[in-house]
Amino acid sequence: MNVYAPILVLGIIAAAFAVLSVGIAPFTGPKRYNRAKLDSYECGIEPTPQPAGGGRVSVKYFITAMLFIVFDIEIIFLYPFAVAFDQLGWFGLIEMVIFIGTVFVAYAYVWRRGGLEWD
Amino acid sequence: MSMVELTFLMLSGVAVFSALLAVSTTQVVHAALWLVLTLGAIAGCYLLIGAEFIAWVQVLIYIGAVVVLLLFALMLTRAPTGPDSATTTSNRNVAAAVSVLVAGGLAAIMVSGFAGERLAPPRGGVGSAASIGDAIFGTWVLPFEILSLVLLAALVGAIVLTRRGPERDNGAPGDVPERAQH
Amino acid sequence: MNGLFGTESWWVVIAKAVLIFLILVIYTLFNIWFERRVVAKMQHRIGPNVHGPFGLLQSLADGVKLALKEDIVPTAADKVVYVLAPILATIPAFMAWAVIPFGPEVRIPFTDTVTPLQLTDLPVGVLYILAVTSIGIYGIVLAGWSSGSTYALLGGMRSSAQMISYEVAMGLAFVSVFMYAGSMSTADIVAAQAEDMWFALPLLPSFVIYLIAMVGETNRAPFDLPEAEGELVGGFHTEYSSLKFALFFLAEYVNMVTVSALATTLFLGGWRAPWPISLWDGANSGYWPVLWFLGKTLIFIFVFVWLRGTLPRMRYDQFMKFGWKVLIPAALLWTMAVAVVRRIRLDGGMDQQTVLIVGGIAVTLLLVIAFIPERKQPADDEEPAETDAFAGGYPVPPMPGHQETRPDA
Repeated sequence: MNVYAPILVLGIIAAAFAVLSVGIAPFTGPKRYNRAKLDSYECGIEPTPQPAGGGRVSVKYFITAMLFIVFDIEIIFLYPFAVAFDQLGWFGLIEMVIFIGTVFVAYAYVWRRGGLEWD
Repeated sequence: MSMVELTFLMLSGVAVFSALLAVSTTQVVHAALWLVLTLGAIAGCYLLIGAEFIAWVQVLIYIGAVVVLLLFALMLTRAPTGPDSATTTSNRNVAAAVSVLVAGGLAAIMVSGFAGERLAPPRGGVGSAASIGDAIFGTWVLPFEILSLVLLAALVGAIVLTRRGPERDNGAPGDVPERAQH
Repeated sequence: MNGLFGTESWWVVIAKAVLIFLILVIYTLFNIWFERRVVAKMQHRIGPNVHGPFGLLQSLADGVKLALKEDIVPTAADKVVYVLAPILATIPAFMAWAVIPFGPEVRIPFTDTVTPLQLTDLPVGVLYILAVTSIGIYGIVLAGWSSGSTYALLGGMRSSAQMISYEVAMGLAFVSVFMYAGSMSTADIVAAQAEDMWFALPLLPSFVIYLIAMVGETNRAPFDLPEAEGELVGGFHTEYSSLKFALFFLAEYVNMVTVSALATTLFLGGWRAPWPISLWDGANSGYWPVLWFLGKTLIFIFVFVWLRGTLPRMRYDQFMKFGWKVLIPAALLWTMAVAVVRRIRLDGGMDQQTVLIVGGIAVTLLLVIAFIPERKQPADDEEPAETDAFAGGYPVPPMPGHQETRPDA
């Protein structure tokens, strides 16, 4: 796992920088707080009260995230497939076509049911 | 105890600790964040046993996709996301019993499968992408193809669950022009 | 200590890590200046030219100014997550650079140590970059949620949905590259291109898909909807000020450089010298490749700026439609086409180069054609969307796809 030690070093440097920046921010600037300043910004009007239950976001986001997971899983199978491609022969290729075909059916279903429409 | 074993123990400790916090914190979004830490620590464990590809897949799929979906789901349901949003339910005791049983079962499987084995320094190429590709597309063909059906079922389920509400609310008029587009 | 860092001594590793960090910060400062100057040229303005030679120190001055601004944590914010979000956005942006190769093996000046100009080379390098950058989404979605403000929440949701949508197309564009290189390691991919040719040529559609996806992934114009000022003020960072805002800004520009560097590495031969220069023998040795690498990366940065100066912002539905209905199917089909053609070639079939080039042009044309009809759409959008905006006692914009009719009040 020696190849990961340098990544750790870079990560620590980046983390130190980020934490330091966030840490010193309150001390470098002026502190003249008032109620209006600490309110949520809504272009000058009184902030809209957060609807009971924290508000709702369109269900489209959920569908998008679901589709994303499905395609992400497809992608992570495509990667070892691509790397080992030359050894796999026609059998591996046909397997992959069947796999992608099935996922494509799911994709087509979502499309037909309007899951990809944003309006 | 070698360096690798020590790190492995520490990471497992982090995973268990943050998993406990994930179920005990009173704020659902914080719970999701503790879950991220758990999953990240497990990815670290994978790295230590030489499963490099699996480790990054764990980060990409679980941290980068599944918990993001969870966060989206938290934000789009009516469930409040403010403080004290993860209140306990009356099912608490049942849930605790079930989780103890599951943990016991998993522990039994681990002990019967790996008891007495030591963490060896990772052998070269075992967890590499090419060897995993060979294994999936050579040996584990059927599970791989069945997985695509699972994905299909998951998506169809998501669509059925989410589309029903708006269609009933809006009735036909709102839907017709949308369909007419294709 | 030596065993921990493998074959390299610890000070080399630390020096390289610090150097990468510094290069990224300085390159970001340069890019901000570069973008402002180039956009200014495109708009017949002058741009920043006061601080330092040619105004080069302008972004540094801006950074100092940001540090001296008031640091605000809104009352409605979830304090811990609000502070955590900019940190979570910054760290992955830097970490992705651990596997980007800057050049070949070089001798460090004044010593006998020889080291590759790459922090570390993983066998799964590109997957690592994808995985690490996907953590950056948390910075955005948590910033949006923790601010406790409507604009920030909507901006954060939009931003993250956009990033995950275009990440799929991006991930699919890599598959054909891996097939050609037979590896996911960035160093191997650069080496494979030295033997073959730049992958941008035989895999032109992958390259085009990646280019589009990288603009969507980094939330840049014309896909900068999360920051659509007219609708969402600043998007997910509406409530952020001072150095916390600066961190988001930094992360965005570092991500921009990251995707550009990845494009260079995967499609444009990485650090290897481009054609006319490669005739010179010393072009691919010593520290010269760093120059070629940064130069190629700068070309992509210029494309980013060019797009920003040229194209108007897309509408969100057009953008999502394009990503899901055009880009992803095209990427899948092209990947499969590459696989089939490569299989035939491996079996000693037809002349694959011609087949691929013809197919590549066909897919690129399809992509372009599929993009055109979108502009004619607004004609059938005439139906007025009636919404009871005041149902909850305060004005609420209608949900997408949610056309409520106003009650007879």
